[in-house]
Amino acid sequence: MLLINGIPSEEDLEKVFPSEERLNKGPIAIFECYQNIPCDPCFKACKIGAIQPFEDINDLPKLLEDKCTGCGMCISKCPGLSICIIDYTYSETQALMKLPYEFLPLPEVHDKVMALDRQGEDVCMAEVVQVMNLESFDKTPVVSIIFDKSYIKKVRNFRLIGGHNG
Amino acid sequence: MIETDILIVGGGPAGMAAAITATSYSKNVMLIERDGHLGGQLVKQTHMFFGSEKQQASVRGFDIAKKMVDELHTIENLKIINKATVVGMFEDGVVMVHHRDGYFKIKPKAMIVATGAFEKSLAFQGNTLPGVYGAGAVQTLMNLQGIKPGQEVVMVGAGNIGLIVSYQLMQAGVKVNAIVDAAPSIGGYVVHAAKVRRMGVPIYTKYTVKKALGSEHVEGAILCKLDDKYQPIEGQDIEVKCDILCVSIGLSPLSELLWQLKCEMTYVGVLGGYVPKTNEKHETSQPGVFVAGDVSGIEEASSAMIEGYLTGLYVNEYLGVAHQDIEDKILKYDEELKALRAGPLSEKIRIGIEQTRF
Repeated sequence: MLLINGIPSEEDLEKVFPSEERLNKGPIAIFECYQNIPCDPCFKACKIGAIQPFEDINDLPKLLEDKCTGCGMCISKCPGLSICIIDYTYSETQALMKLPYEFLPLPEVHDKVMALDRQGEDVCMAEVVQVMNLESFDKTPVVSIIFDKSYIKKVRNFRLIGGHNG
Repeated sequence: MIETDILIVGGGPAGMAAAITATSYSKNVMLIERDGHLGGQLVKQTHMFFGSEKQQASVRGFDIAKKMVDELHTIENLKIINKATVVGMFEDGVVMVHHRDGYFKIKPKAMIVATGAFEKSLAFQGNTLPGVYGAGAVQTLMNLQGIKPGQEVVMVGAGNIGLIVSYQLMQAGVKVNAIVDAAPSIGGYVVHAAKVRRMGVPIYTKYTVKKALGSEHVEGAILCKLDDKYQPIEGQDIEVKCDILCVSIGLSPLSELLWQLKCEMTYVGVLGGYVPKTNEKHETSQPGVFVAGDVSGIEEASSAMIEGYLTGLYVNEYLGVAHQDIEDKILKYDEELKALRAGPLSEKIRIGIEQTRF
């Protein structure tokens, strides 16, 4: 229960998760933005118009799934760090996830990390395949990890082996 | 005695914004700030702001402060005095300021009180032990002074500040062992809660701190479960190890100067406590005394800034400046502010503000 302990329920996730059909077509952004708060930078960040214009700044983002290419330019613009990208077509067995990661040290490409779920529990091993830290990302680097496809709905974070909460 | 058109008390987001618009119509403006620098709480905010582009969404708080301070330093008809505290406001309109080793007096034609807020504290056994902090102090240590405040934290309060500071603590390499909140649900934005939760931090709603453990300094905390009436339930205590107990249970308007001026005040719980009665133009019951930001009700920094911009314009109107430009800007900022407050999470704020009107 999001409002009780900060963990989205399966029903919450269903609302924002793309269909299997869409996942099989290629990379796509997921917006774990469940609350009507006054915020619209994701709309401004998307240069290809995959996010519908906001009528009210308190609206939730509405993604036009066919337009979204999963480029990930919205990730570091979300003040709530609620956006990640999933590429379910990365390989036969593995999915790729692009995540915002605001901790030091940053992982390096080829590092093995522990993928975590939405409560911070270990899920499976993952491998870092890209670390982007452009100036325009303004201190919110984006890290791409790959891991076993079957965990696609569980993974939402990772920790360096050795941990970051202490 | 120094004479000026407009005096602004407080150089936080509201006061800085007010100075920007107040100076636009060649009035002489003085901005008095108690701290050694402008920016208020913004300078400690390392997270990105919400809102829209107009309110600098996605920009980090300290960068917003820097932009505003840089702008203020280019304004010729603005005099900024740091490390100065307004200690008295008198019936004849004279304002007494403590600065360096002495005092000086100002007689403004109008003034904007933008003194912000202070943190509420919590009564529990052991709350005077070293290691019990307010969230503001923890942020000052970490984000301004570069000092890691401790090793392990229990955060009391799951509002936006409690959640954000928990995240910042983890970024600083401090372990957050628990976040507790007496309320039945998380008060802050759920995106902030989800962010710390997926780092493995447990959030306990309907819990509060009963006791800080330790004799010389904090060594742990006893947390107790609360029922629907916020009463402790026996036998369900949790003991958590920590060397910092960070209290972040909300803010209250810092309104002493308004009391001194005998402004009409009213208690509005959802706005943080006693707030001044105001008209639509942010003017208190004392003619020429305006308010902006948290002193008129606790909200977000984004709304404090817009209130500041608006109040700087209202004061000019009060001083007789008539300009189409002012009316246009007022309409624009007013729309922005209404949009920010239009969401379901701002319902209490909207009701609260209604109660502050004459």
